[in-house]
Amino acid sequence: MLGRRLSRLLLQAVFVLLAVGTLCFAMAELLPGDAAYRIAAGRYGYDVVNTEIAEAVRAELGLDRPALVRWAEWLGQVAQGNLGQSMVLGDPVLHLVAYQLGQTVWLSLVAWLMALALGLSLGLWTALRPQGWARRAVDSLNTVLRASPSFLLGVVLTTLLAVELGWFPVAGHEDADHVFLPALTLALALCPGFTQVVRDAALRLLASDAFEFAQVKGLPLRAALWRHALPQILLATLAYAGVQLVLLIEGMVVVETLFAWPGIGHALVHAVIARDVPMIQGTALTMALLFVLLNGAIDLLLHALDPRLADAQAAPASPPTPNTP
Amino acid sequence: MACSAALPSLAFAQGQRALKVVSPWEVSNLDPSKTGHVFTRLEIAETLVEVDDQGLLKPGLASGWTTSADQLEWRFKLRPTARFHDNTPVTTEAVAACLRRALAQPGVLRNTGAQQITAQGSEVVIRLARPFSPLPAFLAHNSTLILAPAAFAADGTVRQLIGSGPYQVVDVKPPQSMRTRRFEGYDGRRPQIESVDYLGASRGETRGMMASAGQADLVFTHDPVNFARLRADRKLKLQLQPLPRTIYIKLNAGHRFLSDVRVRRALSLALDRQGMASTLLRAPEAAATQLFPPGMAEWHVRGLTPLAQNIGQARALLRDAGWQPGGDGLLHNAAGEVFKLTLRTFSDRPELPPMATAIQAQFRTVGVDMAVSVGNSSEIPSGHQNGSLELALVARNYGLVPDPLGTLLQDFGPKGGDWGAMGWHSAQVSQTLAEMGQAVDPKRRSALRGSIATVLQAELPVIPVAWYQHSVTASTRLTNVSVDPLERSYRISRMGWAA
Repeated sequence: MLGRRLSRLLLQAVFVLLAVGTLCFAMAELLPGDAAYRIAAGRYGYDVVNTEIAEAVRAELGLDRPALVRWAEWLGQVAQGNLGQSMVLGDPVLHLVAYQLGQTVWLSLVAWLMALALGLSLGLWTALRPQGWARRAVDSLNTVLRASPSFLLGVVLTTLLAVELGWFPVAGHEDADHVFLPALTLALALCPGFTQVVRDAALRLLASDAFEFAQVKGLPLRAALWRHALPQILLATLAYAGVQLVLLIEGMVVVETLFAWPGIGHALVHAVIARDVPMIQGTALTMALLFVLLNGAIDLLLHALDPRLADAQAAPASPPTPNTP
Repeated sequence: MACSAALPSLAFAQGQRALKVVSPWEVSNLDPSKTGHVFTRLEIAETLVEVDDQGLLKPGLASGWTTSADQLEWRFKLRPTARFHDNTPVTTEAVAACLRRALAQPGVLRNTGAQQITAQGSEVVIRLARPFSPLPAFLAHNSTLILAPAAFAADGTVRQLIGSGPYQVVDVKPPQSMRTRRFEGYDGRRPQIESVDYLGASRGETRGMMASAGQADLVFTHDPVNFARLRADRKLKLQLQPLPRTIYIKLNAGHRFLSDVRVRRALSLALDRQGMASTLLRAPEAAATQLFPPGMAEWHVRGLTPLAQNIGQARALLRDAGWQPGGDGLLHNAAGEVFKLTLRTFSDRPELPPMATAIQAQFRTVGVDMAVSVGNSSEIPSGHQNGSLELALVARNYGLVPDPLGTLLQDFGPKGGDWGAMGWHSAQVSQTLAEMGQAVDPKRRSALRGSIATVLQAELPVIPVAWYQHSVTASTRLTNVSVDPLERSYRISRMGWAA
């Protein structure tokens, strides 16, 4: 069973790798302007770039060869586990991406935990008081958060918490507290979704016979919540977390640039500007693979945690699926 | 990417606080040809020649230089007490090897006609293909900075940044940050600031907020919209420094609409430079009255009639050139063509796209229909080469090397230049530029400079719009802060902490 799941995951990963890499290559080819000039500007500064330098770059990188040849070359390299070298920096892409990936994973992890904590607290709080002002307030807040781009959120948070109150550093990545503001910006973008899922799951559970029975048998509300409701809510949230990855990765591109965080999103933006095709492919591939792997991991985790899913597959009739909106 | 040996972080905790510097420039690579500007600004590495506060050349790693009678051989003597950060002496062999490496890469040194660079005894000898009097100015460019032999890996890449400046690298965390500390073996004046934390933050908003929050002591390049707020902050001092960089409209003088000098003058007269400088750059003094800003004392000609707005005169000139206003408010020529052009610009410099749209509106008032295309900077040199370019709004840096002659030779030579003239040629300018490359007499050079500026003002192969202002905020905790108009150095070694 597990073997089949893993092989399917692997197949997915290979497909994503080919599709994303090829798409990136095609898009970079179709962008207007001459790539040799752009790469030269990325290397030496646009002030210095003239036709002579651009031609030197073109010759060095073989940009005058047909696109199909260069694409085939890239494919050959990838098959050997080599993502090529950055056209601007000259360093191996794998080496650069490995460092950036660590930074991105750390930032996402903190953001995710923050979003989870926020979503659980707000979701449970409003589920327990479904008619009160709390729910209206949280709904309004979530509407604002959903409608706000990460860039705006980041600037508002920084102005408030760093510039006015001086509680956190504005940008950088040297010290541990540098992660707070970018992570909170990302977490606030994820928060509305988490709150919704937690609240829906909680409301369903609170109205369920099982929960009523737990209370009838004498468990106080807090213990009943902790023992019977929370595990189920967490399962539902975990299933939803996979969907949220897209939001997280989207936000990362903006947030990393705003907070001068040296991650994959930041590298992708710079690579696109400088037309550094191997870096665009490397960073986009890493993001896509991260997406597939995390989704796969969540899938496996859900199956391990929720025996109903395994049963459902054994007997395909009317499977009880986790609550994904 | 390799980092130099890390010091125990305790050293920082025990000493004075580190100076925090933020600029838009990232440290993505250790190669001088790519990131050299960061390393010279942080005073990690030195160049053979330095520049004093007046923009004149002075000895750097070289204590002096001489040239042969035929001006083809230049000899640079080194400062004998100079040492690299790994405590090895700075030798002529090391310097020659670094310069040969710079010559092999794209960069300004190639424009000097240097053919051979060797170490001969206590001197570095550079042989040129033709006389080129501004050579020392080119040896002040950051791509010619000198690193120790141990800085290079066997394949020639830079694996460790070992320079000879007053600050040495503690660690580099590409692409954004690096940390330096005072180099105790430096043979010059000992700096007061002990250690520096540098961060490259590409967004203007980020830099502005870091300055306001007091989390950076020295912040370079602010968005003009933030000037008022930063000025009002009592913990900060905002300084605006004119740079030798001019924002101008590059135009295709070979284009049938633009080949008539009356049309180019009319376009220049249509521009509200004062308005754009005040509202978009928030610096009224940035309005250009000629190509070279007043900071380029040797090139700025005081007597030139300043470029200014005069819509009536612009309309009259266009009429004289055969353009009549039609019922649609646009100009038409005898062939029935509408005066319609496209201006290309790019967003690497955030002030360019809004200025382009302001110019669009101003041209419209005299009946010129100009479309704005914001793309990337590469479309300008490539459009120049394939002849498709009509107009472009660009910012040209004359301070890349302390002598702008190198840039002018590229821009206004017989064939024009990727960033300069297009479809325009002036025998007088070409000849004068060529003569300047060889003239050594200061009086003669001064006269030649004046004649170039005058022709450019009269014929407008490019239309100057604004002079660039560099913006810097410094914390009031810092003393002796000054801004280098050539952006060669952050001058940290001269600063101190207020008591």
